[in-house]
Amino acid sequence: MERLLRIDRRIIFIFVAIAVTLPLLIRFNLPVVATKDVKSIYNKINSLPEGSHVLISFDYDPASKEELQPMAVALLHHCFKNNIKVIGMTLNPGGTGLADSAITEAGKEYGKKYKEDYVFLGYKTGTELVMINMGENIFSAFPKDFYGNATVDLPVLKGVQSLQDMDYVIDLASGSSIEAWIAFGKEKYNFDLGGGCTAVIGPDMYPFLQSKQLTGLMSGLKGAAEYEILINRKSTAVAGMSPQSVVHVLVALFVIFGNVLYFMTGRKK
Amino acid sequence: MNNKTDVSVTTWILVAFSIVNIYFLATGKLGFDAKGFGIITSVALTLAMYSFLYKDNPVFKIAENLFVGVAMGYWIIITWFNILKPDVFETLIVPLFKDTGSAPQYAVIIPTLLGIFMLLRFSNKLSWLSRWSFAFVVGLGAGITIPNFIHAFILKQLSFNPLITASVPESINSFLILLGVVSVLIYFFFSMEHKGIIGGVSKIGVWFLMIAFGASFGFTVMARMSLLIGRIQFLIRDWLGIIQ
Repeated sequence: MERLLRIDRRIIFIFVAIAVTLPLLIRFNLPVVATKDVKSIYNKINSLPEGSHVLISFDYDPASKEELQPMAVALLHHCFKNNIKVIGMTLNPGGTGLADSAITEAGKEYGKKYKEDYVFLGYKTGTELVMINMGENIFSAFPKDFYGNATVDLPVLKGVQSLQDMDYVIDLASGSSIEAWIAFGKEKYNFDLGGGCTAVIGPDMYPFLQSKQLTGLMSGLKGAAEYEILINRKSTAVAGMSPQSVVHVLVALFVIFGNVLYFMTGRKK
Repeated sequence: MNNKTDVSVTTWILVAFSIVNIYFLATGKLGFDAKGFGIITSVALTLAMYSFLYKDNPVFKIAENLFVGVAMGYWIIITWFNILKPDVFETLIVPLFKDTGSAPQYAVIIPTLLGIFMLLRFSNKLSWLSRWSFAFVVGLGAGITIPNFIHAFILKQLSFNPLITASVPESINSFLILLGVVSVLIYFFFSMEHKGIIGGVSKIGVWFLMIAFGASFGFTVMARMSLLIGRIQFLIRDWLGIIQ
């Protein structure tokens, strides 16, 4: 018993590696059902007429790529499919490459033109101050886009002057940027805000759904998988859900196993 | 294992890794181009990082330091091209020396100086100037943050849904939220002894806290596993080509 409690952690790592790899090799599909909070974002985008402006803030870096990039790609596909104009930006300097590649690749797939159908404004430092600046005048916050084009001349931004002119704003966050978007964006300038975040900060975001400060929320890889199901474009997030479920069962079994051993050994200190 | 065995194991792994990649390049499984070499580099760094799970080793250290260096270099370049060049260099410096058709924006001097003052923390003689920058940041931050946070995170959260609605699940939900908030607040109220009603309600608060911690743990497991799943997907799809 005592020996089992002192099991080498590397044995657990091997179990986890097997639990992740096998479901990817032996494909089996577990049902992924879209929850109300993810559906809200999907329904909101579906309700927008063609030519509407959606602002996506890619506030994450490669450390959170596995969770948030599938979300971003799914959202972009949905927007482009519905002929919605996409305005991308980031408040995280590490997010520029990921955001740029996601927008460009998704846009190319639907034959969308840069400057006309979508734009990537790039990175700006200052988080809250950028939001306030965008709330007053988007061209003052971003005089130039990521490629150095003057934003005033961009056809995609025609009809947009500030955050209030956005039909929908979505923040994909690996940090506390959703809270900043709520406090300094949505509450000050009154626009609809949706959120996508890593699973770690997911539980902290639920109070904002209750207070209707967020119209919808995608949390972690599960949220991304639900969105892929809704737009009928199964990709990496859906593929990742089988290993996710198997690993969760494994972790639960390890927790039960550890506790049973702990109690059987007489709860010695 | 001793040091000699570690060196030998690392060497054999590197040889095996090289052979596999040479085979992939020779058979055309990986392109002899930037993409192909990009994948090989990513695989090498991924395996180097995960080698830490076995134990700390020089390969992991190299990858770790490389990551820090590359990330910092990337941040500097992004900051230059997205902030310093368009907001300072092109608006203030260039128009001073060249006719660009627009006048230099002298207002930019103030934030630029405040930014430079921050770096003076490293100077023993001039570090006092950095206090001006910090005073500006703290003052501005507090002025902007406090009213907005009170409005968005306290007053808005206080506007509660009605307890009794037409929908029974919604009513139950509202009641649970009310019970959770009140009982947890009472648990953290230490001016009265936790006995009698106060003790009972604070025990309910503990249960709510435990459930919240459990939910957070579950979400954290999901987040960490998502990162592992993503890397393994990359290894067996993009590198080994076993799955599509």
